[in-house]
Amino acid sequence: MQESIDSTRLGTNRTGMQTSPALSKEMMDNAQLEPNETSAGLDGQALAEMRAEYVREADPLGSIPPPATAKGALKSGMKMMTCSRPQAFIDKLSERLAYERAGTRLYEAAITKFLEHSEELPGATVSDFTHIRDEEAAHALLIKECIEQLGADPTAQTPSAALVGIETMGILQAVTDPRTSLAHTLHALLAAELVDEAGWETLIALAENMGQKDMAARFREAEQHEQEHIFKVRGWYESLTLESGQLV
Amino acid sequence: MTLALFEDRGTPLDRQRFTWRELVGKPISKLDDDAFTRVRVILMNGIENEAMRFLHAAARFNGELRVPFAEVRRVEHHQATMVNWLLGPDHSPLETTIGYEQVAIEVTAALAQQEPDAYLAQNYRFGLLEDFDHMYRYSALMDRLEGKDSNNILQSYTDVMPGRPTVVEHRAPENDVRRPFDRRTAAPITKMNALTLTASEQQTHNYYLNIGPLFADPVARQLYAEIASIEQQHVTQYESLLDPSQSLLENWLLHEATEVYNYHSCVETETNPRIKAIWERMLSYELGHLHMVAELFKQYERRDPQELVGERLPTPIAFESQRDFVRETLAREVDLRPSGADFVSLEEEPQSSLDYRNHMNSEGSPSEIVADGYAWHPGTELTRQAANF
Repeated sequence: MQESIDSTRLGTNRTGMQTSPALSKEMMDNAQLEPNETSAGLDGQALAEMRAEYVREADPLGSIPPPATAKGALKSGMKMMTCSRPQAFIDKLSERLAYERAGTRLYEAAITKFLEHSEELPGATVSDFTHIRDEEAAHALLIKECIEQLGADPTAQTPSAALVGIETMGILQAVTDPRTSLAHTLHALLAAELVDEAGWETLIALAENMGQKDMAARFREAEQHEQEHIFKVRGWYESLTLESGQLV
Repeated sequence: MTLALFEDRGTPLDRQRFTWRELVGKPISKLDDDAFTRVRVILMNGIENEAMRFLHAAARFNGELRVPFAEVRRVEHHQATMVNWLLGPDHSPLETTIGYEQVAIEVTAALAQQEPDAYLAQNYRFGLLEDFDHMYRYSALMDRLEGKDSNNILQSYTDVMPGRPTVVEHRAPENDVRRPFDRRTAAPITKMNALTLTASEQQTHNYYLNIGPLFADPVARQLYAEIASIEQQHVTQYESLLDPSQSLLENWLLHEATEVYNYHSCVETETNPRIKAIWERMLSYELGHLHMVAELFKQYERRDPQELVGERLPTPIAFESQRDFVRETLAREVDLRPSGADFVSLEEEPQSSLDYRNHMNSEGSPSEIVADGYAWHPGTELTRQAANF
């Protein structure tokens, strides 16, 4: 089994040109060092124009479903009903629900990784990781309740909810790959936590704008948890990385 | 409404042209389009891929027709591109997988009910219950790996629950080979149903083989390896239903008629007007292919193409939820097992299949591991578990 230190060992990495001086020289003999004048868009303009054309014509990812009943929205206060785009709040709530669910699964994969490498990180225990995992799951439940209170559908995948699934695919790949070290895993978790915390900040501001004071207060608690997660994960990541840097 | 196959000659082959810009148009919306629009997109990509693969294989057995094969194949390739590129990039590989299994369940169930040959219909119901289980396993993976609910893709048209357990679907190759229809007596719909399902399962097999290694998670990699293996069995089953004594041109004509039938079914049922216009264009192109091949058929075989594919198309495929039929089939036939070309009770399953799968499963079963204790729950099982914290 590899340890974090193994991912910084010296070895037979073949990707750089200096590994193969003779072949690299041949590559350079044949490389076009000067731009081809007849080739349009070497500076990327043609490429950017093609992208821009698609951007101008693109349809949105999708829409936000209307609430099945106005009852919940009415109960939750007039500001919600009179706001011009209350669905923007629903979209962001759905985003956070999707993110917290994915985060729960991300920590489950990270716990497996930690258990196999726990001796590398004596300052952490599995209960530290499961505590974070459980808080992510509890946050998902909190958001689900809030969406229901507003008369919206917590099972719907809104555009922002779908998008965070795309955004975090790389993080999930990094954590679930059995070849990545605990230090790699913690780096991926740190990226996830930093975005998570920023998401809660936005949600708190939106809740306040909507007159949802109780929700905003509950979201502040969740944000406090996320700050603690960042503090812990950053600390673990830095201790492992600095340690392996010293050893090398 | 049924279509008179030989009245509309479609778009002539030399006018079937594309630009790269046309091929790469706007994708469907994962969130707003009806799930059956995605079902049609996935199915038609499979139909086009089968058309190409068939024509490539045909060219290896016939020198005389290599030019017409190449001409039609080029268009089929671009049709496949235009259709497959309709899938938006916000579909993750796993979400697209859920779409593939929805195709396998809903289309197989629809064809099983319209199939006049009792033996072929039995085969379709048999395969259906296996793909139904794949949906359950992949849904568990989606929930437990990504924290996502497969019903966002399924839109409540298709149940998520165990079928014939994937762990027991592995069997010796001789128990996947069935009896073919008789080309002289089988109805055109029978021939087209068998070809449609062969095409659909073949693209699913290819898709899983290609995307399985994209996953970092070893459970996902094993699950794709396992289910890809079943899809390979399914291709064996469905293609063995095709009469091997059909001539090459007879086969080609049947392929073109199947494409016409499938696109016509799409035109008749599509709810997105922009996508419907694409189906209409594709239908017109396929009618052009059909007429071209019909002429070759007359020239080389001195036979009337209508004898083979009929005068009018059958009733369009029902692209709609087949929930009741699937549930009834599950209740009645989940314990069937194949023995050679026949279906027998669980106790009569050949030892060769038991030996084969006992070895394959001897180091663990990914489909069992991923779904251990899993029951689909709206919004993922986490929203149920979270109540415990």
